[in-house]
Amino acid sequence: MCVCVSMKALILVGGYGTRLRPLTLSLPKPLVEFCNKPTLLHQVEALVQAGVDHVVLAVSYMSDLLEKEMRIQEQRLGIRISLSHEKEPLGTAGPLALARDLLCDDNEPFFVLNSDVICDFPFQEMLQFHRNHGNQGTIVVTRVEEPSKYGVVVFEAEGGRIQRFVEKPQVFVSNKINAGMYIFNPSMLQRIQLRPTSIEKEIFPVMAEDGQLYAMELQGFWMDIGQPKDFLTGMCMYLQSVRQRAPDRLCTGPGFIGNVLVDPSARIGENCSIGPNVTLGAGVVVEDGVRVRRCTVLKGARLRSHSWLDSCIVGWKCSVGQWVRMENVTVLGEDVIVSDELYLNGANVLPHKSITESVAEPRIIM
Amino acid sequence: MLKAVILIGGPQKGTRFRPLSFEVPKPLFPVAGVPMLQHHIEACAKVPNMKEILLIGFYQPNEELTRFLFTSQQEFKITIRYLQEYAALGTGGGLYHFRDQILSGGPQAFFVLNADVCSEFPLPEMLAFHQEHGDPSSLVILGTTANRTQSLNYGCIVENEETNEVLHYVEKPGTFVSDIINCGIYLFTPDIFQHIAGVFQKNQIFFELQDEEPANGWHRAAAIRLEQDIFTALAGQGKLYVYKTLSFWSQIKSAGSAIYASRLYLNRYHITHPERLACNQDGGPKISGTVYIHPTANIDPSAVLGPNVSIGTGVTIGAGVRVRESIILHGASLQDHCCVLNCIVGWDSTIGKWARVEGTPSDPNPNDPYAKIDSETLFRDSKLTPSITILGCNVTIPSEVIILNSIVLPHKDLNRSFKNQIIL
Repeated sequence: MCVCVSMKALILVGGYGTRLRPLTLSLPKPLVEFCNKPTLLHQVEALVQAGVDHVVLAVSYMSDLLEKEMRIQEQRLGIRISLSHEKEPLGTAGPLALARDLLCDDNEPFFVLNSDVICDFPFQEMLQFHRNHGNQGTIVVTRVEEPSKYGVVVFEAEGGRIQRFVEKPQVFVSNKINAGMYIFNPSMLQRIQLRPTSIEKEIFPVMAEDGQLYAMELQGFWMDIGQPKDFLTGMCMYLQSVRQRAPDRLCTGPGFIGNVLVDPSARIGENCSIGPNVTLGAGVVVEDGVRVRRCTVLKGARLRSHSWLDSCIVGWKCSVGQWVRMENVTVLGEDVIVSDELYLNGANVLPHKSITESVAEPRIIM
Repeated sequence: MLKAVILIGGPQKGTRFRPLSFEVPKPLFPVAGVPMLQHHIEACAKVPNMKEILLIGFYQPNEELTRFLFTSQQEFKITIRYLQEYAALGTGGGLYHFRDQILSGGPQAFFVLNADVCSEFPLPEMLAFHQEHGDPSSLVILGTTANRTQSLNYGCIVENEETNEVLHYVEKPGTFVSDIINCGIYLFTPDIFQHIAGVFQKNQIFFELQDEEPANGWHRAAAIRLEQDIFTALAGQGKLYVYKTLSFWSQIKSAGSAIYASRLYLNRYHITHPERLACNQDGGPKISGTVYIHPTANIDPSAVLGPNVSIGTGVTIGAGVRVRESIILHGASLQDHCCVLNCIVGWDSTIGKWARVEGTPSDPNPNDPYAKIDSETLFRDSKLTPSITILGCNVTIPSEVIILNSIVLPHKDLNRSFKNQIIL
């Protein structure tokens, strides 16, 4: 087993996280809790465990909240966290060039991650694989059911050398797509100029032609949690992985069904039915007779008695009234109050809103 | 000596009340906890010198009707008889056909009431008004005020404001005529039959001239409508008067209006029948507003009921159930945590845990004191108009689903959610 010593990682955080609104109207996307831990922390902790001691966050929108949180995590994890701020759009490759000085001060390869990715992070395997083939770059790929919705990667079965990329193929060429996790040698940065550049369209194809790019297949689950629907699907996959790796973290007992993750400070009333696939954050209160299924409930929210929720995200400090029914990827932003006895079907509600009428068909409530 | 005649119609009438009218004749449908007709009978029985009540309609004799007549006679200590028309004879034809029965014993006057109205029934006031207006043979129509737009859906009355005589009468005009509308409650004297006879003979001649079989002519002539045929002709002749009331009034044509009528009657119970209203008690459910609960119903103390809820015989309501603006018919079972809003739950139906059964109320505009409930069409622009949700008898709703703005026919077992649909 290869130990990563003093390695670096660049996480592409990007901008406003508009696809995850209304949640990202209150917090920068990296700080939105996924299964009771900020998304970013899932990645950073896994990197630290694999020996990374310097993480660079490439952001296009500077957030005080993010800066403050990163100082705290630096202390807590005993690592260095830098912020690389692009003042104008640089695409998916430009940020690497921008952070060149931070990434290049030694000759070790560095990780690059897309911040929306959730999986059982295989950073040690990636490094081993990368050292074995000895070339400039490694891309992690994952298998999908409908490859024609994405760009697919075609690579040699033996060794993994990437031959080409095909965008949204009409006929089947491969069912492996780019999983948004890479390792590069510092020399690779010479390929990138400091201007808006697409890594998938401009850099990778050239590296593949040069025979310098290799694909490692990811085992286990993978999800891009950049939008609410996928956020919930990713939650289900992650909880299933917890069931396999560390089942003691999950809640069992009467009233709990399937995989349920509950913060110790959450309170649950009588005659509830929670799960499968539910996450309850810190200080969440679930009153009597509540049924929750396939939901994320963020910190400080309250679900009042006899309510029924399926496939929803309930934002921080929300209050969901008695006998409310919410379903179909209803997302409540921070501090939303839903009056008693309402029905919300696919409602996307902006923060600090008071809902006093039912929403029978999916729409956005400003 | 007085009598009362209640026109109860028949099965071809009241199709807007399906699927509820599959199980029980509409006039017997419970409104505010008791059969619709009982409110009429109670009001009539209270009038001094009321000798008997006659029901005229074309329902075949059936068990519910017979039983209702029997228990009502016992309870109100007054003769009640059902006179069955051989065919639908119209609001005037039935009266005329049974005139001998109505006039037997020599009543000075008799009330005529439509069964499908909800009212405070100001019958003594109508009597007093009759004594003070016109001659002893004049006729009185009970009227109320509607807003200009909605008046077009009713019989419109133009009155002489000083004498209260009816100058002009039009049934459902195309353009605005008057905001005073016909409540379907009348006070007649025996003279009415001369007027009807006149129309009847005219019809006979008219249909004979049409070269039809005399038998058919007799049939057609006998279908006489009080409103179009009698009132219109009598208006302006010094024979017809209107007594205007400010008390509550509504038609009961659809399920939505049954819930609205329930509310009106339940509110009235504060004065007339306070013992019929449920109140908060230790060990009982939480009551909000006016609620009727039959003594045989079994309700968990954590349920929250009201306002405007009627719970029928033998109903079971589980823990944490919420019911609002709804009628729950006998034998129904509402399981834990379910939510029932703007809904009629049919006899012996079951609603599963955490299910949501919800309709859309069609109440009149609360800001307009003269607004009446809309008689909405079932479909608009090829889509079902959102309305009260109705579960027919013996319907089963599974746990955790939503049934929204839908009508479910009897004996149906649903297995998923439904919205804005009629489920056969």
